Amino acid sequence: MTEVVDILRFAAPIGLAATGETIGQKAGVLNVGLEGMMLAGSYAAVIASGASGNPWLGFGAGMVAGAALGLVQALFTLKLAADQVVAGTAVNLLAMGLTSALFRLQFGTSGKLLSVPTLPKFAGGLDLVLIGGLLAAAAGAWVLAKTKFGLALRACGEYPSAAQAAGFSVTKIRLIAALAGAIAAGAAGAYLSLGISGSFAENMTAGRGFIALAMVTFGRWRPVWVAVATLFVGAADWAQFSVWAQNPALPPQAWRALPYVLALVVLVCAGRGVAAPAALAAPFQEEA
Amino acid sequence: MRFVLSSIGMVLILALTFAAFGLDVGKSLALVAQGAFDPAYGWPTTLTRATPLCLTALGVAVAWRAGTYNIGGEGQYLVGALAAAACAAGLGGASPALWAPVLLLGGVAGGAAWASLATWAWLKRGVQLVVSTILLNFIAVELVAFTVRGPLQEPTHARPMTAALPNSAMLLQLVRGTSLHTGVFVALVAVVAVWVFVAYTRQGLVLRIVGANPRLARTERLPVSKSQFLAMAISGGLCGLAGAVEFSGVTGRLSDGFSQNWGFLAIPVALLGGLEPLWVGVSALYFGALFAGTENLTRYTPIGNTVVPVVQATAVLAFLGLGKLMQRIRRPVEEPA
Repeated sequence: MTEVVDILRFAAPIGLAATGETIGQKAGVLNVGLEGMMLAGSYAAVIASGASGNPWLGFGAGMVAGAALGLVQALFTLKLAADQVVAGTAVNLLAMGLTSALFRLQFGTSGKLLSVPTLPKFAGGLDLVLIGGLLAAAAGAWVLAKTKFGLALRACGEYPSAAQAAGFSVTKIRLIAALAGAIAAGAAGAYLSLGISGSFAENMTAGRGFIALAMVTFGRWRPVWVAVATLFVGAADWAQFSVWAQNPALPPQAWRALPYVLALVVLVCAGRGVAAPAALAAPFQEEA
Repeated sequence: MRFVLSSIGMVLILALTFAAFGLDVGKSLALVAQGAFDPAYGWPTTLTRATPLCLTALGVAVAWRAGTYNIGGEGQYLVGALAAAACAAGLGGASPALWAPVLLLGGVAGGAAWASLATWAWLKRGVQLVVSTILLNFIAVELVAFTVRGPLQEPTHARPMTAALPNSAMLLQLVRGTSLHTGVFVALVAVVAVWVFVAYTRQGLVLRIVGANPRLARTERLPVSKSQFLAMAISGGLCGLAGAVEFSGVTGRLSDGFSQNWGFLAIPVALLGGLEPLWVGVSALYFGALFAGTENLTRYTPIGNTVVPVVQATAVLAFLGLGKLMQRIRRPVEEPA
């Protein structure tokens, strides 16, 4: 039982980020800056939790940080119709540089471990974020599949001109979807620092944002499948910490590389599909 | 004109960044300028840092011109260095004249092979390059970590690094007391070669058409997949070359901290050079100076060169924003809606 909860905990950051990203991609927004938003979330959460002594304030600050970067990216990709990969890369750089620089300004380069109040756990290791995250993912899936707004959102990702002809503002819907993804990414980062490690380190997200991107593809853009896919990677991530201790036959580097290798192998095996939103990463300029 | 304006812009962004972090702007800028342009050690350091940046940024530029978003320069750089280290281990007692070319070619082959893995997954299995190249970066990091503790570890097996290259095999040092080495010429040659390739060869033309308008390229029956495969291989080869040059010019060893994230930081260098090989060279010089300068900054504040990605990101966003604004101002004249 504790193993299941552990795997769930390790899967949660990638799962939160990937489910949020699914909503964004369904609307046609590819968020390459996901990794940066997670990192900013981790940083803001640790700083706010340390300063206020309240981990929930920290968690909220993480979501705000994700949203703030999401707004910056949306300004470029949605308002100015800039290339989504370029803008996302810039956001990643910004988050990487800012969090490292600020962290060094505050704590120097001594690398001393910083310890802040972490999220409280229930019996068995579950916590509110895990339960809330599962509920939020289910709610997101429901909105996408069953509501009028969800239909409009999916239309923005498949054929934006049609969505506009039907009277929807593509930019506004994409903005909502992108922000939902950014907030989820911030929450994912906050959970990584406050729910799992209890601290912040430079570049601590270590590519989890990119793995989340890979999982959206693997889950064929369906929120439930994406969530299941992240459990798989969560298990690999968890294995490197627990299984390695009992099984030194494989070198530790192999365990560390496992989640990335798995993600890649899985994508290669899944192959080309038609499930990707047709207008993914295509800028849309509304006619004035 | 472009040069002067962008220089002013860069200094402005740097000053604003320092101000935002609450640092003494004058003092910080002076330290950066000294670190980057001091005649005794500033310039050589600038050129040393610009060398790997230039090669990896050229790699990014070639791939992105073909519409293949290679963001795996970091992994290709590492595998290139790893291949060079493996070649060095295999060369043993061979004549010293052989070492440099074998090492550099090994780096090119390693980087190209690593990039081709991602291209294959994309062309044959539809795996997005943005995702696969990044995943390969992390795998490359672990591969290096494993190799320097395993097959290629130095003979005493005490520390996680490869044996040092013999001095005779290192690229020649150009300025005594600094790490500037002949690799800077490799970068220069690469700038010219990539420029000629992209601008003046048939393959280069195909590559540009494929990147600018893949639909047109398909209707014209141009070899789209082949061209993109080639672009990615060249891209990976250049990044691998960068790794091999850094290995045989500066460090002489491979260890965990071998890359300063060059492969990733090269993306904004290429973007700010407008993906034009000659401008990419200039852009690499800028950022080489920024690296050299901000290293000097560590004497004043622990921030050091973490400020570089902040400046890069701000510059890229400013570049994007200005470009789009110019477009908007021009558009009504060109095509009234």
